[in-house]
Amino acid sequence: MIAEKMIFILVIFGITLLIATYLTYFERKVAAFLQDRVGPNRAGPFGLLQPLADAGKMFFKEDFVPSAAERALFILGPGIAMFTACMTGAVIPWGNSLHLFGRDISLQVADVDIGLLYIVGFVSIGVYGIMVGGWASNNKYSLFGAIRASSQMISYELAMGISLIAVIMMSGSLSIREIVEQQFDGWNVIYQPVGFLIFFICALAECNRAPFDLPECETELIGGYHTEYSSMKLGFFLFAEYINMFISAAVISTVFFGGYHFPFMQELGLPANVVSLLGVAALFLKIFFFLFVFMWIRWTLPRFRYDQLMHLGWKVLIPLSIINMVLTGGFMLLKDYLW
Amino acid sequence: MVAFLFYLLSAVSVLCALLVLLMRNPVHSVLSLIIAFFAIAGHYVLLNAQFLAIVHVIVYAGAIMVLFLFVLMILNLNKAAPPYQTTLVKVMGAIAGGLLLVTMVASLKHSAIQPVAGAEDGQIGLVKNLGKALFTEYVVPFEISSILFLAAMVGAVTLGMRNKKDNSSAITHL
Repeated sequence: MIAEKMIFILVIFGITLLIATYLTYFERKVAAFLQDRVGPNRAGPFGLLQPLADAGKMFFKEDFVPSAAERALFILGPGIAMFTACMTGAVIPWGNSLHLFGRDISLQVADVDIGLLYIVGFVSIGVYGIMVGGWASNNKYSLFGAIRASSQMISYELAMGISLIAVIMMSGSLSIREIVEQQFDGWNVIYQPVGFLIFFICALAECNRAPFDLPECETELIGGYHTEYSSMKLGFFLFAEYINMFISAAVISTVFFGGYHFPFMQELGLPANVVSLLGVAALFLKIFFFLFVFMWIRWTLPRFRYDQLMHLGWKVLIPLSIINMVLTGGFMLLKDYLW
Repeated sequence: MVAFLFYLLSAVSVLCALLVLLMRNPVHSVLSLIIAFFAIAGHYVLLNAQFLAIVHVIVYAGAIMVLFLFVLMILNLNKAAPPYQTTLVKVMGAIAGGLLLVTMVASLKHSAIQPVAGAEDGQIGLVKNLGKALFTEYVVPFEISSILFLAAMVGAVTLGMRNKKDNSSAITHL
């Protein structure tokens, strides 16, 4: 049983890393497509080996620690960023259970009671990697990047949490599997369109993706928090961002878009295992769609100004999410009263 | 296994709490405090209080400590400029701390450690049971503490508004 879980954890870990690696490739291809270019096409067929070449380059570059930096914290920073990014995948149900060798294998690492809060928790501590790294670099640009990252995270976490509360109120559970199971009849996005929109915008901001990439805004801050980083330490920071993107897309798909459910899954009359596998495929299709939207937004919209960012977070998204929460509660009471 | 984890987490939390005081660099102090909070969250998990553990992490490690770190980074306190303390302040601190220690020892010396009611079955920490207890049995203290939070929020906003009026030109743009 434990061995089973271990293997599953390793598989999820491997898939997460593989997808994060190839997201760099897709990012360039999507950017090239949107800008009417070809994109990477030298390494391997269609440039498919480009991520491997990039990883090789990252490993062989000089691993430099500035003399004025806090050595231990400087090394710890990218480690924290990577660790928190990898931890979030543990509570996402990647599919319904498979029935193999006479028993059910759950396609979820841990079905904890408080799955959604677990994700919020790890997202909220994810900023420490950036803050510690940026501060320990002992560089003003890095420090500005770190401060921007932390204030942005705090501002958008609130709206994100409140938009999730509306979903939790509707489903009456914090367990992600429970939330997915309840979306069998209709996806949450139908009942919570505003909540989804708020969550999506906040997810962009939490991943430090454009148009919210002020912490690493190169025109103002050189590289922001990773200005002083080189080699695989820089690679970890960049890689953590892609893992966060993947996990955010997975959370959006599971919480608002039915997770591993797909239309007519019971009407097909297929064996349960096949339906489960198709469900996994459906979830990954949804995830890839949202990843594409993330990239689409990055290469379409210009970056916010800092005051616009704060204005959007505090004066638009938070009031909107509170109104959404109150209206959701009101409708639930009204429904109970009428029926 | 549980006993081993308990002693490990206890050691980590006590050690990190000590480091908070002993570290010369305020940023290091805050980082040790964060580790101490995680160790305490681990204790909650050992008591099967997952909800409390994760809320502890979200609120303390995820929000309050980020703000602490944020402020320290803006102030940029470093080794070159340790906080200035006179001998009088040190003596006052020593006396106050000593008195606190005496009070704690005196009050805890004769009290027997009571097991927490409802902790035997290990179910009280689950969200459902905790919510039920908060909204039925303890609803009045719960509402009073929420009023306290509201008052604190209003106070913070009022203070912020007053500062804005005084030096509206000094708003820094990051």
